[in-house]
Amino acid sequence: MTATFEELAMPLFDQLYNFAHWLAQDRTEAEDLVQETYAKALKGFSSFRAGTNFRAWMYRILRNTFLTSRTGLKASAMVALDSDDAPELAAGPETPETLFIEHSQRQALQTAIESLPVHFREVLLLCEVEEMSYQEIAETLSIPLGTVMSRLSRARKALRLILQEKLVRT
Amino acid sequence: MADAWSGKLDTYLDGELSANEMRDLDAHLRNCPSCAADVLSRLQIKRAVRSAGKRYSSSPEFRERIRKSIASKPRLSPMRMWLRATAAVALLLIAGFVTMSVRQQQLQRQHTFSELADLHVSTLASANPLDVLSSDRHTVKPWFQGKIPFTFNLPELQNSEFTLIGGRVIYLGQTPGAELIYQIRKHQISVFIFPERAVGHDLGSSSSSQEKLSFNIETWDWDGLRYFVIGDASTNDIHNLAEMLKKAS
Repeated sequence: MTATFEELAMPLFDQLYNFAHWLAQDRTEAEDLVQETYAKALKGFSSFRAGTNFRAWMYRILRNTFLTSRTGLKASAMVALDSDDAPELAAGPETPETLFIEHSQRQALQTAIESLPVHFREVLLLCEVEEMSYQEIAETLSIPLGTVMSRLSRARKALRLILQEKLVRT
Repeated sequence: MADAWSGKLDTYLDGELSANEMRDLDAHLRNCPSCAADVLSRLQIKRAVRSAGKRYSSSPEFRERIRKSIASKPRLSPMRMWLRATAAVALLLIAGFVTMSVRQQQLQRQHTFSELADLHVSTLASANPLDVLSSDRHTVKPWFQGKIPFTFNLPELQNSEFTLIGGRVIYLGQTPGAELIYQIRKHQISVFIFPERAVGHDLGSSSSSQEKLSFNIETWDWDGLRYFVIGDASTNDIHNLAEMLKKAS
């Protein structure tokens, strides 16, 4: 028997909400985003082809919904200034990872992720938190595999740089 | 050698290197302390991000709201659909039947009132309208004995504006009944009394009045008898006479 939309979509609820909140940075907006995502997905479920990646499909709907929202439009405007062809950010000579681990400041890390441009934040979260494969991320973000790899690499470097600055200041 | 691998350490940790590259890098890490340390710190930050990234959770109420909004509606089994369809048809038939029956009742009621109005008019128009002419109820009532299959009481008219003129035997639905003529000022009023079965249908157990062909009518049933008071007098007069008859019966 084919799974119903509810059976497929509800197990993703917690992850989707977490991702939405990371993108929107606001509870109400995150709820609106999730609600709209589920409504759109339910409506489009008949066009969803069995065998394709349902999780990537749901995340793609959520992300596209976010990008067309007011906060999303503002956030994505920053993407143009920081294209994937830009030279890679140089990581400092220190090893901020080690310093960070020593401090073990979860909150500092969260603030650092928050401060990343949205296109870095999303690719990092999809990889690290959602544990998506590069292929899944490529499907979700509708970008080529190569772009996933370079963007992810630059996101990680940007995060390290922010942490480094933070730790130098403290 | 280490430089060649440094750009691939994250990909290695993400498990996205090809099987051959994975194997080669594994081998390299065993012999390169610098790369091994780098991999370790990257692994630690990867884990820290994973943990820190699981930050937000929704309220149970919101989760429930979403679940309800997408809850799949249970499909109706063929049996349930059949039952539902049958119930709908039955309901339509009942509604149709009730409408028809109400309409039928209205038609019968109208028909009876028309017939009584005709009887009233023909009595007034007749050269010899009455079989018994008397203003005395003790004369009029006994006159009906043996002529109709029931008996009735007539009101005392003293201190009222009504006068009894007389009465006659009349037929409705092939059943004999009594017609009594009363007068108030210049208006003549007919009072019809029939066994309930003569009417053959329900006209309402409570007293009701209405206007028919400009005549005012009031009707009620009492103890198996159906009374009608009809005339061109005011509804008030018709009503007063009806009340007096009710008290007497």
